[in-house]
Amino acid sequence: MRGSNQIQTRRRRNRASGTSVIYDPGARRGWRITDTDSERLLIKGGRVVNDDQSCYADVYVEDGLIKQVGENLIVPGGVKVIEACGRMVIPGGIDVNTCFQKSYLGVSPVDDFYQGTKAALAGGTTMILDHVTPQPGDSLLEAFEKWQEAADRKSCCDYSLHVDIPQWHEGVKEELELLVQEKGINSFQVYMAYKDLFQMTDTELYEAFLFLKDVGAVVMVHAENGDLIAQEQSKILGMGITGPEGHPLSRPEELESEAVFRAITLGNRVNCPVYITKVMSKSAADTVAQARKKGCVVFGEPITASLATDGSHYWSKNWAKAAAYVTSPPLSPDPTTPDHLHTMLACGDLQVVGSAHCAFSTSQKAIGKDNFTLIPEGTNGVEERMGFVWDKAVAMGKMDENQFVAVTSTNAAKIFNLYPRKGRIAVGSDADIVIWEPEKIKTITAKLQQSAMDYNIFEGLECRGGPFLVVSQGKVVFEEGKLQVQQGTGRFIHRKPFPDYAYQRIKTRSMMTGRQGVNRGMYDGPVYDVPPTPKYITPAPSAKTSPTTHQPPPIRNLHQSNFSLSGAQADDNVPRRSGHRIVAPPGGRSNITSLG
Amino acid sequence: MSYQGKKNIPKITSDRLLIKGGRVVNDDQSFYADIYMEDGLIKQIGDNLIVPGGVKTIEANGKMVIPGGIDIHTHFQMPYRGTTTVDDFFLGSKAALAGGTTMIVDHVIPDPGSSLVEAFDRWRDWADEKACCDYTLHVDITHWSDSVKQEVETLIKEKGVNSFQVYMAYKDLYQMTNSELYEIFTFLGERGAIVQVHAENGEIIAEEQARMLEMGITGPEGHVLSRPEELEAEAVFRAVTIASQTNCPLYVTKVMSKSAADIISQARKKGNVVFGEPITASLGTDGTHYWSKNWAKAASFVTSPPLSPDPTTPDYLNTLLSSGDLNVTGSAHCTFSVAQKAIGKDDFTQIPEGVNGVEERMSLIWDKAVVTGKMDENMFVAVTSTNAAKILNLYPRKGRIAVGSDSDLVIWDTDGVRTITAKTHNSAAEYNIFEGMELRGAPLVVICQGKIVLEEGNLHATSGSGRFIPCSPYPDFAYKRVKARKQVTKILRAVPRGMYDGPVSDFLPMSRGGGSSARTSPTKQTPIRNLHHSGFSLAGSPTQRGVVCPRVSIHVVVLPPELIFLV
Repeated sequence: MRGSNQIQTRRRRNRASGTSVIYDPGARRGWRITDTDSERLLIKGGRVVNDDQSCYADVYVEDGLIKQVGENLIVPGGVKVIEACGRMVIPGGIDVNTCFQKSYLGVSPVDDFYQGTKAALAGGTTMILDHVTPQPGDSLLEAFEKWQEAADRKSCCDYSLHVDIPQWHEGVKEELELLVQEKGINSFQVYMAYKDLFQMTDTELYEAFLFLKDVGAVVMVHAENGDLIAQEQSKILGMGITGPEGHPLSRPEELESEAVFRAITLGNRVNCPVYITKVMSKSAADTVAQARKKGCVVFGEPITASLATDGSHYWSKNWAKAAAYVTSPPLSPDPTTPDHLHTMLACGDLQVVGSAHCAFSTSQKAIGKDNFTLIPEGTNGVEERMGFVWDKAVAMGKMDENQFVAVTSTNAAKIFNLYPRKGRIAVGSDADIVIWEPEKIKTITAKLQQSAMDYNIFEGLECRGGPFLVVSQGKVVFEEGKLQVQQGTGRFIHRKPFPDYAYQRIKTRSMMTGRQGVNRGMYDGPVYDVPPTPKYITPAPSAKTSPTTHQPPPIRNLHQSNFSLSGAQADDNVPRRSGHRIVAPPGGRSNITSLG
Repeated sequence: MSYQGKKNIPKITSDRLLIKGGRVVNDDQSFYADIYMEDGLIKQIGDNLIVPGGVKTIEANGKMVIPGGIDIHTHFQMPYRGTTTVDDFFLGSKAALAGGTTMIVDHVIPDPGSSLVEAFDRWRDWADEKACCDYTLHVDITHWSDSVKQEVETLIKEKGVNSFQVYMAYKDLYQMTNSELYEIFTFLGERGAIVQVHAENGEIIAEEQARMLEMGITGPEGHVLSRPEELEAEAVFRAVTIASQTNCPLYVTKVMSKSAADIISQARKKGNVVFGEPITASLGTDGTHYWSKNWAKAASFVTSPPLSPDPTTPDYLNTLLSSGDLNVTGSAHCTFSVAQKAIGKDDFTQIPEGVNGVEERMSLIWDKAVVTGKMDENMFVAVTSTNAAKILNLYPRKGRIAVGSDSDLVIWDTDGVRTITAKTHNSAAEYNIFEGMELRGAPLVVICQGKIVLEEGNLHATSGSGRFIPCSPYPDFAYKRVKARKQVTKILRAVPRGMYDGPVSDFLPMSRGGGSSARTSPTKQTPIRNLHHSGFSLAGSPTQRGVVCPRVSIHVVVLPPELIFLV
């Protein structure tokens, strides 16, 4: 089954290789390759670490694919040999959440696909999944094409795209269908926050979930209660709090966990897998973990920022520093959060790690200098992602190296149906390989980062563990601390719907939930006569309509006042039914009303 | 004495009663003492009381004497689509007295769009005319506007109402949005009222109902299938979140499922001020009956949230009630005849909702919780009476046997066994959802307003003798903590920083929402229409142009100007 899957995913559309991309890994070595697919590599003496096991083996790479894994491989001559010297050889990381193209109020983030993927590669991540963020009213398809075009031109590593659904209406369905069937997209994000902009009502979410489940897509949810946020924001602004501290104050973590709970409820109702993007707080993570224990198909994605730092910085006296941390949901001010999230990641309650890398410079952040609600949201993290998971989880003994591979790469590949092409070192997989150096210690600083940002939210943090060498698409792109990349070499990777990892259980459950009504004889007893107004019109499109639709004009029971019970009668057992046609025969009960 | 001549004798305020040799059980302790009552109040408690002559004496013979029950949730004489529930205030309160409940709290349900005060007055007229035990009223807020605010204010200040119910279900009818809930909670929290919520996710219910009907499921089983318990739990979770954000005490009416109860107990563990009210039906029976082949029987169980089909639910809820995670019990007594229920014979969404339970409430809890050893007699008093009195701010007038309290008492027979059946119950409904159940524990003597209303199995209820008991706001039980927390949250302060004086990136103006939305920022922004922006070219970056320009043109066409999203 794995084989067939592989063949399917192999059907790629390689735009980049159509043109002759010149890859120049360094003229100093005196060789220059014009065909991208002809590099041969042998990684010798490494310990191959997959999510299930680790073993000592050599890896032979040709044409961008892993051709052989094992000992004493027979390889052609003239192959470039990399001595791993017992180091770990792991599948390249997959960053499931980046925003390299998501503009805000006409301002584009400073890290575009080129800067962003460069940073990714420098951190050991060889594939990114970027969010296409159309505005309400835009065509999803056009937005998708724009993103694809930008990424094809600039990206230095393989990529795929999630598409965000800014609004739910009938027209969207067609586009979604097209995106799934023809464009190779199998994940879509919906928003429970951003009131009056992206936010969907529960009804819309229900319909969106139902539709996305039918087409076999993964539903990603930005989980925060937007209604309450809007209320809190106006309250906080009303109190005169306009600085970045207003951001976490107006988005307390229970609003996140509430929305996570609601999203899971919806997912359960519709029997649809739910993927929670950006798990930022302990309570949200706990909600995900509890739901999984109940058997819900739900995935949680903490991000670099929530795993490595906390929200205490929002209270920094330095406005620019405080604003740098603004992202939604916000970082939790509880300093024990990162540790808790790592624990959950280690035990499998959370599954994947993204970065939500969305880089706005300080002057861009300053759009909101007088009003925190206007600060562009986003933090960096694509470069630091793998390092921090290693430093805070593996080096601390919370997680082993296999689980490290699972959360940084394999699980993502499985959820988004890229496995085993990505996320595994195996014969036939793409040659996205990282040689990991567990002891390398690096101090994070904006001065040395690949990102074009003028700051780094992890500034000054020491991080143990980092890539020693990175191979992307069969080519060495990072070696000895030097990056050698070429814009536009990244390929768009098609993804099929119905990923087994998410949908196998769903399919079985769908078959089991066939419900049937109870077969009864017709009720033939008396029926009370009522005005024909229905109690509530189920598919009514309107929001709360005025009482006129539901309430018949109050039937003034005129003769009621005249009907005298001449004082209270204790023995008057018969309930007063003045003004009603009595359909039930007094005393006599029809047979159907007898207790059965 | 006075309990006999109900027709001719005017209200007697001077009856005197002595209960001798009983074990007085309050929520905190039990002790043997005699109780002397006069003028509807408890005057003395103790041994060897000195009482005037000619007092009627009741020998309790060591039996428990407990404060009369308070049923905190009833719907008597409730109008529904031109019909009215079969138990009016007289029949309903008579059934209450027969079960040992001496006070009921009914829900006023104004039609959406109509006046709350008028509805309240109407309910009071009905109840004053017929109720035979003391009563007070919750008012349901069925729509939200500024005029409603005024009326709520009036009700709190002048009419003696301190609890209001809002709905998270009944889409397009009573349902409130999250924003409205937030405003209501804030409003009521500032005025010392209790917010009660009907917690179910109405939007998902509407979807599920449509789906069930589409699948051809039209019988009462569709009711429970379209309202699975996680929708209840979800709404409870959301209500708890909103209440905690607004720092307002929350009261969840009708806790029907294990998961909803779990959410409440979790929230209480986190320190939220939240109370849960299981009802007689959820404590005594389960939702398997919705699948009964007898339509009328299945329909008689229809209530919202529905009874859980999980048969372990009653046991679980009784456990949580015993541990104090749930606090009060109601009955949500709302009875419709079979013919009325049959309005929905072809469509379960049309079945009038409501079950009986006012008469069975106390016995059922005794049987399921005290007899089984889950709770003690003091806790029994707490959950059937005292806690309700505390929440309504009627304590210690109600809910306690103490000098000065109202003389609403019950002599409880711990071993009395009776079999519940529609043939003998006091309600006018043809069905009893507890039919055939044998319950141990029953009231032997019920004293209401100092008068014996139940003795030796004979009920002597007087229509119209019930008084409206006004409730004052800020009950300590709910608000003491809330007040203290309000003090704490005032500390919330902005960080004093120097002005940010660095460069500010040029950006397009934004308006995120409709003008009336709570978001204040757009109004500040709109005047600064950055008109020169379109002319401002970031020449080097063709993509950006690609981003901005087409969007502007699209949106100008599609949306009204205040809704332009330029990003």
